[in-house]
Amino acid sequence: MSRTRIGAVALAAVGALVLAACSSGGSGAPATTGAGGTTAAAEPVTITYSNFISNGGNEANLAKIVTAFEAANPGITVTVKTLPYADYYTALQTDVAAGTAADVVDVESATYGALADSGALAELKGVDASVYKPSLLAAYQRDGKQYGLPSSFSTVVLFYNKDLFDKAGVAYPTSSWTWADEQAAAKKLTDSANGVFGDYQPISYNEFYKTVAQAGGTFLSSDGKKAAFNSPQGIAAAQWLVGKNGTVMPTAAQGAGTPDFDSKLFHDGKLAMWHTGIWMFGANADAAFTWDVAVEPGDTQKASALFSNAVAVTATSKHQDAAQKFAEYLTSSKTMVDTRLAAGWELPTIADETQLGAYLTKGAPANRQAVFDSLDKTVLAPSIGANQNQMQDAVTAKLTEAAAGRLSVQDALSQAEAEVNALLG
Amino acid sequence: MTVLTPLDTRLAAPPTTTGRRRRGWRNGLTIVAFLAPSAIPLAAFVLYPMIQAAWISLHRWNLISAMQWVGFGNYTKLVADPKTRAAFGHTLFYVVGEIPLVFVGGLALALALNARLKGRSLLRGVYFLPVVTSWIVVALVWRWLLNPAVGVVNHVLALVGIQGPGWWTDPRWAMPSIILASAWKDLGFVMVILLAGLQSIPEDVKEAALIDGAGPWRRLLSITLPLLSPQIFFVVVISLINGFQVFDQVYAMTGGGPAGASQVVVQQVYDLTFRYSQAGSAAALSWLLFVVILVITLLQTWGQRRWVHDA
Repeated sequence: MSRTRIGAVALAAVGALVLAACSSGGSGAPATTGAGGTTAAAEPVTITYSNFISNGGNEANLAKIVTAFEAANPGITVTVKTLPYADYYTALQTDVAAGTAADVVDVESATYGALADSGALAELKGVDASVYKPSLLAAYQRDGKQYGLPSSFSTVVLFYNKDLFDKAGVAYPTSSWTWADEQAAAKKLTDSANGVFGDYQPISYNEFYKTVAQAGGTFLSSDGKKAAFNSPQGIAAAQWLVGKNGTVMPTAAQGAGTPDFDSKLFHDGKLAMWHTGIWMFGANADAAFTWDVAVEPGDTQKASALFSNAVAVTATSKHQDAAQKFAEYLTSSKTMVDTRLAAGWELPTIADETQLGAYLTKGAPANRQAVFDSLDKTVLAPSIGANQNQMQDAVTAKLTEAAAGRLSVQDALSQAEAEVNALLG
Repeated sequence: MTVLTPLDTRLAAPPTTTGRRRRGWRNGLTIVAFLAPSAIPLAAFVLYPMIQAAWISLHRWNLISAMQWVGFGNYTKLVADPKTRAAFGHTLFYVVGEIPLVFVGGLALALALNARLKGRSLLRGVYFLPVVTSWIVVALVWRWLLNPAVGVVNHVLALVGIQGPGWWTDPRWAMPSIILASAWKDLGFVMVILLAGLQSIPEDVKEAALIDGAGPWRRLLSITLPLLSPQIFFVVVISLINGFQVFDQVYAMTGGGPAGASQVVVQQVYDLTFRYSQAGSAAALSWLLFVVILVITLLQTWGQRRWVHDA
């Protein structure tokens, strides 16, 4: 965490320098134009775009889209600032408070509501809605007004190392696997003598609300006003996560939860099964072993986590038109679709699914169909507005205490329930 | 002061009314000129933010939207919140654990490096080096040293047959890990202050004690420590103030985790502001911390008369 934060500070500093250089370079140019009748749109403008979606391996892919946009829109220059996801929201919030936010910013469904309600985002008018998947577009509307355009979506699947499965003589995961199948395989695959772990799934809020759904329960009550996870299904889910700890999965003391620990373990060929998002495809394209993915096993039912990101134009932007033009290009252009599919990056949110067909044959992993299959039964992150981060932290903290053996699973959930109810009330 | 007073009256201008007025005016200007270099930054970067924070603490504010007046609502909520008590508890744990450690260690080092020792200037420099090193660097190094899986400390412990703890990854050991790293870093500061004090103890007092047949312990307890008390007082006051404001190492080593086990007050202020968008509560909590530190420092100043030797 701290390393990425320092990275963010360094990046922000570099970004600020770049911004300063660009704005001073760009400001001289417009003065010479516009002797008469030149429209504002024709004047060269520089807009800034602050993002986390390209961090960690997709920076060059984003640059490709930006270059194509600049070529198609002479006079608009885009300066990109990239931050790690863990620091992004803090930086954005501080920038908005200080009035120094970029023209175009990344947002995500769970946290964007608070930003939109505070008036930090500009309403996007005249967007061609037909190009987007309606459900994803609707996720970024408030009171019928569009405040963000969905840029990508992703799901969490089960990654597995085929070589380790072959070595242990265990059959590969299939879409019909349940927790019991995963557990049995994880036991056989764990090889402590060689430092090989059978399974890895973070013990955190994000995994918990999903596994509650996989056990047939819900995280919040149907009206969203009470915590509903202190239930037999919730206990089953927490036990499923905590029970892996120290048996088939490394504990915190063995490094679990530290930055890049799990991705390194998998990439080093020391992890047989890994619950993570499809955004990790690119980082493992060069792995020294063969690997594939399957839809995550469920308990009584399947439930895959579905995340979406979006871009928004800030209310303080001085170049709203240019900013919206870029936001639309970034979320709907053919270049964007092609770049994302070729790179195995998160998927575009366009309505035209025939364009997505190419994704299936773009290389490792072979079973890319699992990404689309995982969309059959998804679970969305509960969103409660202003207290979102507190709720997430509270649930993660209690689960961590259970994993450390300081609380029973039942006590952990009872305490988390009380805290979440207090945040909802 | 007592020496200067007669000199001052001798040099003073004849006591005419205009002269006295002019002298007062010029004196005032001199005082202002001398105070300005520290008074202006103090006002701009300490007093003004404090007043601003007090104002914010009376509002609900998410840093972005307009502030909403809530009076003392933030304070009453904080006082009732078990998380506030936990944060003060962790902070107190830190203070109680770290200060004795640096004090005893720093005193031992100062005594050792006050003796005629080969290469002592080099050693003094070496022990002072951590003090001037950035906390982020130190914290990252200690995170590696205390890494339960691949860290040097647990590796060495394993060599002698001890299974090392989970350090900062274990809720029980997170705070002790931070204390260990902090003690290592602060040792040099305590050492330097006490060393300066040791060198100001007159030789004749020590010789007199020696001639009277006092042993090393006797001399330490009856001569050195009492004569060192002004420096000890300074070190304790500074360490307590810094201890209650502990943040950098917590932020960089654990971020307050795992499971909030090392959530100290200032980390809570940070989280309230930047993670939870509750700048009003954060400002209120920092004022609560200020009051606690102020009370403790006043108590110490009042108590110093009983034990600090007036040089």
